Amino acid sequence: MSLNTFMQHLSNGLALGSLYALIAIGYTMVYGILRLINFAHGDIFMISTYIIFYSVTLFLMPWWVAFVVAILLTGAFGILVERLAYRSLRNSPKISVMISAIGASYLIQNLAIVIFGGRPKAFPIPEFFNKVVYVNTISIPVANFFIPGITMAALVILLYIVNKTKTGMAMRAVSRDYEAARLMGINVDTIISITFFMGSILAALGGMMWGIKYPNLIPLMGLMPGLKAFIAAVIGGIGNIKGAVVGGFLLGMSEIMLIAFLPSMTGYRDAFAFVILIVILLIKPSGLLGENLAEKV
Amino acid sequence: MSILKTENITMRFGGLTAVAGLNLDIAEDSIVGLIGPNGAGKTTVFNMITGVYTPSEGDIFFDGNSIKKLKPHLITKKGIARTFQNIRLFKDLTVLDNVIIAHHLRLDSNIFSAVMRLPDYTKKESAVIQKSLDLLEDVGLMEYKDDKASSLPYGKQRKLEIARALATEPRLLLLDEPAAGMNPQESIELMEFVKEIRKKFKVSILMIEHHMQVIMGVCEKIYVLDYGVNIAEGSAFEVQNNPKVIEAYLGVDE
Amino acid sequence: MKRENIIRIGLIVLVVLVLAILNSTLGNYQLRILNLAGIYVVLGLSLNLINGFAGLFSLGHAGFMAIGAYTSALLTMSVAQKQSNFFVKPIVPWLANIEMPFLPAMLIGGLVAAVLGTLIAAPILRLRDDYLAIATLGFSEIIRVIFTNTMSLTNGALGLKGLTRYTNVPYSWGIAILTILFMFSLRRSSYGKAFMAIREDDVAAESMGIDLFKHKLLAFTIGSFFAGIGGALLAHLMGTIDPLMFRFLMTFNVLLIVVLGGIGSITGTVISAVVVTVAMEVLRFLDGTIDLGFMVIQSVPGMRMVLFSILLMLVVLFYQNGLMGRDEITLDSMGKFYKNKIKKGAKS
Repeated sequence: MSLNTFMQHLSNGLALGSLYALIAIGYTMVYGILRLINFAHGDIFMISTYIIFYSVTLFLMPWWVAFVVAILLTGAFGILVERLAYRSLRNSPKISVMISAIGASYLIQNLAIVIFGGRPKAFPIPEFFNKVVYVNTISIPVANFFIPGITMAALVILLYIVNKTKTGMAMRAVSRDYEAARLMGINVDTIISITFFMGSILAALGGMMWGIKYPNLIPLMGLMPGLKAFIAAVIGGIGNIKGAVVGGFLLGMSEIMLIAFLPSMTGYRDAFAFVILIVILLIKPSGLLGENLAEKV
Repeated sequence: MSILKTENITMRFGGLTAVAGLNLDIAEDSIVGLIGPNGAGKTTVFNMITGVYTPSEGDIFFDGNSIKKLKPHLITKKGIARTFQNIRLFKDLTVLDNVIIAHHLRLDSNIFSAVMRLPDYTKKESAVIQKSLDLLEDVGLMEYKDDKASSLPYGKQRKLEIARALATEPRLLLLDEPAAGMNPQESIELMEFVKEIRKKFKVSILMIEHHMQVIMGVCEKIYVLDYGVNIAEGSAFEVQNNPKVIEAYLGVDE
Repeated sequence: MKRENIIRIGLIVLVVLVLAILNSTLGNYQLRILNLAGIYVVLGLSLNLINGFAGLFSLGHAGFMAIGAYTSALLTMSVAQKQSNFFVKPIVPWLANIEMPFLPAMLIGGLVAAVLGTLIAAPILRLRDDYLAIATLGFSEIIRVIFTNTMSLTNGALGLKGLTRYTNVPYSWGIAILTILFMFSLRRSSYGKAFMAIREDDVAAESMGIDLFKHKLLAFTIGSFFAGIGGALLAHLMGTIDPLMFRFLMTFNVLLIVVLGGIGSITGTVISAVVVTVAMEVLRFLDGTIDLGFMVIQSVPGMRMVLFSILLMLVVLFYQNGLMGRDEITLDSMGKFYKNKIKKGAKS
């Protein structure tokens, strides 16, 4: 493999990894607080791309307005999902919550099929992102620079919010022990809503960049990226925001490199992530950056 | 003749030492108490003996054989049964089923003959049902046999948990705060009950308890733990008058 | 013979009679639905064993079904069928000349699924709740991806076509009835009780001398076996299989049946399997164009699944017990119900 193609793979791996990372943060934040795998997160991500599509094609908004609209609406949608599918089950057995999450995911997918139609739609890529940059003789799409950049910027802002603000402190308190947090006067419901809002905003950011990179929209498009982002979150240590980003990059990069170095394995690409998942669960279920939690008898 | 002996067992969780170098010696056919303030590491001792935790150091001998590395179900099979501080019954199953399940380990039947209801299994099964009914009769829970375990009043749930432990046919029974949440009258009844089961089922008993009345009333020997360290042992009288024990319970200069 | 046993046998005879009558009067389309219902009874019960009895949240059912379906299909296909199916890449030689009747092929399908289920479950059974769910889902996806890529073994994405449709009412419902009897007998045995003890409280179960690993594995193995059998029946009802059939959606359908029926209830699962299967077919019109007389609703594919997802959500959110909770309709409970009714009747 020439250096050129390798560099191209590298930049693609970075971009894909960033996308996984953005979606993974949402899983990790929700899991950190509710100990719940939000199966619908991938579908929230899918919804964001359709919001952009309709904002641009139907409401004729300029792309940046559409992006802002999508981010806000997707955030609101995340809050809605929590209200409807999870809130009343907060003290129910885990299996019920999980079934509700799966049900929510299916409902959103099927509603999307009914409302948006099953046929693929083309994401309206802003002219600017379609450009290609030449570094020496290597051609790299502009998007490959923007995607990791935006991801890192989002991560910095998020870490600031979680670690330095009062809301962030409340979030950390709720994730430790939400009964105690409630007794300390923290409005747990609000904090959970904020968590879903932020996770969904990041999913929307991921959605808009996913659209730029892979502009083919279908109602089931959230399924695989969602599962893989979840795997990324587990790799990094679920509940840990930095871990989700590390896991995202690792997974995205290794997927692209697998295809680059072993083209015959391309068909097994989707299985690869699950193999990593199972290996991680078996050898270090707390993930790379996660804490070990012992169970009390 | 001692039935259970622990040699210097120590349990560390990360930097925290929950139990440090504890030596227990429980004679056959005796009732021994394990007391100490909250967080002294009493339940951790139970968890080590029953195989839930493996001690970081030291060894545990049951009948002279080390059981340190055995899994909980094998330790039960060897003859140690326990109850839990926070009652862990099979809530959704009937009282009778709770006891029948505890017999499963002694049933020695494969799943094929169990599902096909071959004579070799059904014979054993009806024996188990009879034994379970007898046991319920013994502990006075017969009238509740078809009720869900979770529907029993609190004190009866404690009793059922003890009955369930007895159904595994143990030689040593570990009771984790059997009198917790009981009023004085109930505690006294429990004391009698504990003495009774020792006689009837020929088990040795090691019990954790906060109700001093109960402990002092039934235990022939008492170990006192404080911050994981054994600070005193001996008869009820000896322990009661040990200055270290008084200090651990009441604190000094506070 | 005991009176209960006579009633039991009578009931089975009655069910068989009803099925026989249905079998000779229904048209092809209805028969297909009837067969499908029987298959979903088997599938629902097998998932109910793993999820409902043993309390292991598995989402890998579609994978085990795929194994049963493919194994049995490759064993029943004739040499000529294999040649015409595998036109891109020839089939591996050791499979090329095997051809056997449906019954042994189906059983082998179930056994292979059970063996693979055991191998897969052994390392991951120590994972808890949602981690176990995700790991089993992962394995199911891995199986599907492998089947999509092994051209000379499974014919890849092209799938297997033109399978002989062996599955008829005696097969589907015969096996469904055997499965129901098996599950009742298991539930009654000390093994079934041990499974439920693990579901209720695994720490307590272990301290009662129950080997958690052995029993969980056993539940998983038996569940996978029946999933494989169900897969084999499905393959020989459809006549065509491909890896896409065994996506997560398949697991979702089975899970839907178990949840609606009441996780842990045999009778609930059976009723739910029949109702859901029939409803899925009857409601097919929702996906088509609906003519209400005064207005025409254009066809919206997906409407049916929207309805079922909403139904699932409603049950989980507002009626977690499903149809039956963990209870069963048994001779005893029917007897009690009847007596109560008579008592009430006498009072009024």
